[in-house]
Amino acid sequence: MSDIRDDRAGVADPPDDDPKLYADTVRERVGTDIVAQQAAREEDHEHEFRQTPGLTVGLGEVPRQASLWGDAWRQLRRRPVFIISASLIVILVIISLFPALFATHDPRECNLIDSLLRPSSEHWFGTDLQGCDYYSRTIYGTRVSISIGIIVVFFSTIIAMIGGSIAGYFGGMMDSIIGRITDIWFVIPTILGGIVILSLVRTRGIMNVSLVLIVLGWATMLRLVRSSVLAVKANDYVDAARAMGASNSRMIIRHILPNAMAPVIIVAAINIGVVIAAEAALSFLGVGLQLPAISWGLMISTAQQRIITAPYLLVFPGIFLSVTVFSFILMGDALRDALDPKLR
Amino acid sequence: MKTNVISEADLKLGRYRIDPEAPLLEVEDLHVEFRIEDGIVKAVNGLAYTLGKGETLAVLGESGSGKSVSHHAIMGILDTPPGYVTKGSVKFRGVELLAPHKKTGTLDHVVPEIRGTRVAMVFQDALTALNPVFTVGWQIGEMFRVHEGLSRKAAKQRAIEMMDRVKIPSAKERVNSYPHEFSGGMRQRVMIAMALSLDPEVIIADEPTTALDVTVQSQIMDLLKELQQDTGMGLVLITHDLAVVAEVADSVVVMYAGRRMEKGGIEEIFHSAAHPYTLGLMKSIARPDVHLERLEPIMGSPPDLLDIPPGCPFHPRCEYVIDRCRVEIPELYAIDEHHSSACFRWQEVQIHV
Repeated sequence: MSDIRDDRAGVADPPDDDPKLYADTVRERVGTDIVAQQAAREEDHEHEFRQTPGLTVGLGEVPRQASLWGDAWRQLRRRPVFIISASLIVILVIISLFPALFATHDPRECNLIDSLLRPSSEHWFGTDLQGCDYYSRTIYGTRVSISIGIIVVFFSTIIAMIGGSIAGYFGGMMDSIIGRITDIWFVIPTILGGIVILSLVRTRGIMNVSLVLIVLGWATMLRLVRSSVLAVKANDYVDAARAMGASNSRMIIRHILPNAMAPVIIVAAINIGVVIAAEAALSFLGVGLQLPAISWGLMISTAQQRIITAPYLLVFPGIFLSVTVFSFILMGDALRDALDPKLR
Repeated sequence: MKTNVISEADLKLGRYRIDPEAPLLEVEDLHVEFRIEDGIVKAVNGLAYTLGKGETLAVLGESGSGKSVSHHAIMGILDTPPGYVTKGSVKFRGVELLAPHKKTGTLDHVVPEIRGTRVAMVFQDALTALNPVFTVGWQIGEMFRVHEGLSRKAAKQRAIEMMDRVKIPSAKERVNSYPHEFSGGMRQRVMIAMALSLDPEVIIADEPTTALDVTVQSQIMDLLKELQQDTGMGLVLITHDLAVVAEVADSVVVMYAGRRMEKGGIEEIFHSAAHPYTLGLMKSIARPDVHLERLEPIMGSPPDLLDIPPGCPFHPRCEYVIDRCRVEIPELYAIDEHHSSACFRWQEVQIHV
């Protein structure tokens, strides 16, 4: 309406010289206005008609498909936190997939003559005691951190989803047994447990370290899945699905898990960061990966001996580690905001 | 639709053989209890009814009277634990659905094959009874995919047909919408489409119109009635809404504290109620056919099911209470062939109507 009124105001302003022209203009303008108004009214009417009982969405407009994930994606796209963390993660993943594209030197080609050089245009992050290019080593270290983070979280989430949905869905005895095992597991601190188990292992590669972190890490996740499944299970649509003859496995896979996934995904994203930090901590303590593996934790561990003379050896892998952990945790936060606004 | 011709497949129900002559649903002396920390909640204490082909039976009762719980037990979707069927019998066309559990002695639902295919359920609030993460087409189609093994595409086609059948406009476009994109009435239609999709013989509608406004309520009831006439299915209508009962039901079971108070045809219940509780319900609503100076509420509140009063559970609220009511549980007195009342003084009550 306001548009129409504005138009009229414009018309009321008479052109000084030609009154006839003015009248014509008025007629013309008012005429089109009436037509426009009529059209608008018809449209309104039609709209009203379309709104009559039951029809919530007008037939003309294509109903926007708003699934949980669709909505979440629309919300995420606009959030700077998500954009920043997602870009960082994408970059880190690309680096870990193709480190050679980014590295300037072969990380294992070391020359003792170049030992402990300060950062320069030739060696951006300087060189370590062995004379290896520190920038290239930091780049190659990404692969270890990211793969351990993803492997550990992937498998511990799968364990948690299986155990948690069984415990939550079937309840009773099953729940008690799984619940008590989880409780017992819960009291083992990740780092201390990792030290104990890993110190018994002679060779410690990515797989060994991941395995230990999986074994120590599923309990928290399982509790989360269980409580989430319990919350979803109370919904009427679960009863409804059962009344319609769905089997137990179908109920869990189709009706419960998709609805219980949101908090799990959020915590999984955060957990990737936590696991990466844990791996670095274990390597730093000397029970994680072993030389000649290239890992930020190991680099930080060796760098601490020269913290005064060559602080950059500590700083660069430290920055990479912090940024990586930070971006996964940030991603988890952004996902939480989008998937479960109530938790904010 | 299930017409006069009974096919071999119709007679088979899992490993059971159904009796084509038997009524659709026979419930006898059904007892359901919830074993919780505070004690045993006796939710259903001897429900019984018979549902014939094409019949509409209203199960009437206020909140907590056990009307929903008893039908969850009939469908076999009771949450166990804490809910257990302790006694009784439910027969679907002659096939007993309950069997004692080996260890606990409680009754288990042993014929899951009826769910969805022979007996379907419509829930009260379609928004919560539909899965929010899938489109309605996917959910209606799930019935065909699970029970008839149709492909995704074929199932979606059938879903559109079902949506047309329950009169959802432009079903083809709406099939890909999510439950929250529908209005309440349309969502309930989706629920009904889901329930109807496999041509069940019985539909249990658990307060299908409670969450809807009045105009939509009557649309949904009309739809159910129409579909029932088309298919000859039996309809069990669980409700607390006397207006809905008056509109569609053939017969009524009035429940209170998990017990049958009165049973009868719609005429008898509305015009010659023989139980003080039914009478109280009738007095508490405005009726165009009866002139009342003012509406009379039933005093007091429903009993705590953990601690049901001895004798007739209604006696603390009853105007007709006598000493006998406090100690003895009244049996169901037959008034005539279809009408019975669980009240010692039913004759006096009926005079006062």
